[in-house]
Amino acid sequence: MVQKWRFALLGVLVLFVIAACSGGDDETSGSESENGDGEITLEYWQYAFDSKVTLMDELIEEFEQENPGITIEQTTFPYDQYNEQVAAQVPAGRGPDVINLFYGWVPSYVDAGYLQPLPQDAFPHEEIEDEFFPLVDATKIDDEYWTIPTAVRTLALFYNKDLFEEAGLDPEAPPETWDELQEYAVELTERDDNDVLVQSGMAWQPDQQGHHWLRDGLTLQAGGEVLSEDRREVVWDEDPAGFEAFEYWLSFPGELGTSEQGFYTDDVTAFVTENAAMNIDGSFRVGTLQSDAPDLNYGIAPLPAQDEQSTNASFWTNGITADVEGEKLDASIKFLEFLTSEDVMERWLDATGELPAKEAVAMQDEFVNDELYGPFIESLPYANAHFFIDETGERDLVIEAANKVLLEGADPEEAFNELVEATQALYDEYWSDK
Amino acid sequence: MEQLNTSPDYDKKDRKPKKRQNPSFLYKMRNNYKYQKYFFIIICLLLPLIFYIGIRILPTLFTFNVGFREWNLLSTGERPFVGLSNFVTLFQDEVFLKSLLNTFIYIVIGVIGQLTLGITVALLLHKINRFVGLFRVIYFIPYVTSIVAISWIFQWLFMSNGFVNDLLINLGFSQQPFLNSPDQAIFVISAAMIWQSIGFQMVLFLAGLSNIPEMLYEAADIDGATPWQKFWHVTVPLLNPTIVFSSIIGMITFIQVSFTQVVNMSMDGSGGPLNSTISVVVYIYQTAFQQYDMGLASAATVVLFLFIMGLTIFQMKVLTKKFDY
Repeated sequence: MVQKWRFALLGVLVLFVIAACSGGDDETSGSESENGDGEITLEYWQYAFDSKVTLMDELIEEFEQENPGITIEQTTFPYDQYNEQVAAQVPAGRGPDVINLFYGWVPSYVDAGYLQPLPQDAFPHEEIEDEFFPLVDATKIDDEYWTIPTAVRTLALFYNKDLFEEAGLDPEAPPETWDELQEYAVELTERDDNDVLVQSGMAWQPDQQGHHWLRDGLTLQAGGEVLSEDRREVVWDEDPAGFEAFEYWLSFPGELGTSEQGFYTDDVTAFVTENAAMNIDGSFRVGTLQSDAPDLNYGIAPLPAQDEQSTNASFWTNGITADVEGEKLDASIKFLEFLTSEDVMERWLDATGELPAKEAVAMQDEFVNDELYGPFIESLPYANAHFFIDETGERDLVIEAANKVLLEGADPEEAFNELVEATQALYDEYWSDK
Repeated sequence: MEQLNTSPDYDKKDRKPKKRQNPSFLYKMRNNYKYQKYFFIIICLLLPLIFYIGIRILPTLFTFNVGFREWNLLSTGERPFVGLSNFVTLFQDEVFLKSLLNTFIYIVIGVIGQLTLGITVALLLHKINRFVGLFRVIYFIPYVTSIVAISWIFQWLFMSNGFVNDLLINLGFSQQPFLNSPDQAIFVISAAMIWQSIGFQMVLFLAGLSNIPEMLYEAADIDGATPWQKFWHVTVPLLNPTIVFSSIIGMITFIQVSFTQVVNMSMDGSGGPLNSTISVVVYIYQTAFQQYDMGLASAATVVLFLFIMGLTIFQMKVLTKKFDY
């Protein structure tokens, strides 16, 4: 008796499950965004950064007025969940048409077949190479440009003028060379009777901008290279400059004792709360500083350099997803052209603090001479954007190398060689199926 | 449904059905009140059951399936079946092994810590008559506070020149690196987890304590038992079901919460320094959503599932031993 009941119950269950599983798949999708009037709706995704979202809303409104028949819907996600959301929605067939990505993620997205190359008739290679800063070629893969940015950011030295004065340093003469930076950092550091760090001369945080500073700043400044031309080999260790930069970078928390990881939780907090006198940070921080710490008396200077000048650049960049075609593709191209127009770039700088990606726009006098943005723009011509095959992975390896030396007392040279080797392993894996 | 006559007369008559060899299910359905009752119950249970299967069981089975595939989250292309290769990769990955070990440490420190402190607080609260409500609220508040907020407060307390280091220095000890140290960080994070869960454990134990009949203590008093003897021979055995329950629940929550705390408190936000605080859940998250390797992440999930199941069975076997009262 009981057996029969179970059997019947199971049967009903199986039926329900089958019904639940088979539903939904057979509806044809895709036409929902183009209705009979030739009205086209584009889905645009970016991460939720207040000033960017507000500006984008304004820009979309303008674009829609200029291009009747095209509607753009903006969706945003918190930075932490961005990749997760993209990855979860795309297999379900619900992705964006135009997407805003961090440039370091682009190779993964290209690799996964998620993006389509920018159409060459709308974005000819020569034109991109002529007009944009050369760093945009960090998203040139397989000889195609896959994305195009509106704006870029560079790193520079932020320093606290009040603390400079307290330490008897000239607040209008920030350090310009490696040696000066070390001297200033030592001067600005304060320890109490128990040798506890109370004021850090130089904030130091590998997981924030620290790893960028090491790679694209210090290594190139010392005359080294991180990657080979074809981006397949990690050549960081082929020139003594690579290790020299690594050692110099570690000297702040190491032998000089001017810095501590996690000092006041992180470098930005330490700088904002005036517990750190200097910090290497990006142009995107200016807006935050203005709103969070309006009374902070700080200056900005190009990165102190050694033999050559160099700074890191990074950018958020726009691409078109793989399945967009026909009228929608045309509309997407129009939208991208609009987003990379000179007018939008200028407004982007005002609204978000990110620098114009086109040389002619950025190098206008009013921007170059700007007290806050000037130093960032000044460094744009020699800025370098590292080609990441795996942004998080490469960052983690740098952090690990630093921690091995700082926390476990490993030999710096050994840690550096391990870093190079492990990074090469990531590249080998990436290129193995190309 | 005209057959659904529930009058008592009908019922009595029908309860002994006429002799019929192997009556069919539908026949019984029509004529037997007992079966109609069951049918109603089952229909009522079926809906939540289907819902439950849909949102719990099927995704779990799906995860098992994904664990045997090469599955790039961003890719819309093929997802070939690769057998055990994900599991092999997993057990060759030092970081995963480290995360497994760390999870185990979190559970051991966490469960022991929260049980001891939970029982202690509950015993003390059980003894007092005034301000009981106030104390309960105070101890329970951390449990309902945002984990992120708590993580940040602990981070500030334990940073290099935070409150705890100030205290240590004033007491004549030397400054400790805490979250910056590969040896100490995991304990600081565990402390935050324990601190947060004491309130919940306390409530469980208070309920358990109030179920112990007062006369047992009186009997013990007559026998001349010391307070310590009363605790070991009366309280602990009678609290045993509560202990089993809270250690299992505690273990499972520790596996789950070893995510938010780790992400917010570890030095680089991903289980550092040098992977000394990474838990399996953090590892799964990183593999799935930073490396987009769903196959490997699902394989890790399967391992975690087996790990939890094994530990639960172990706990139930060890902790539910019978006591003679």
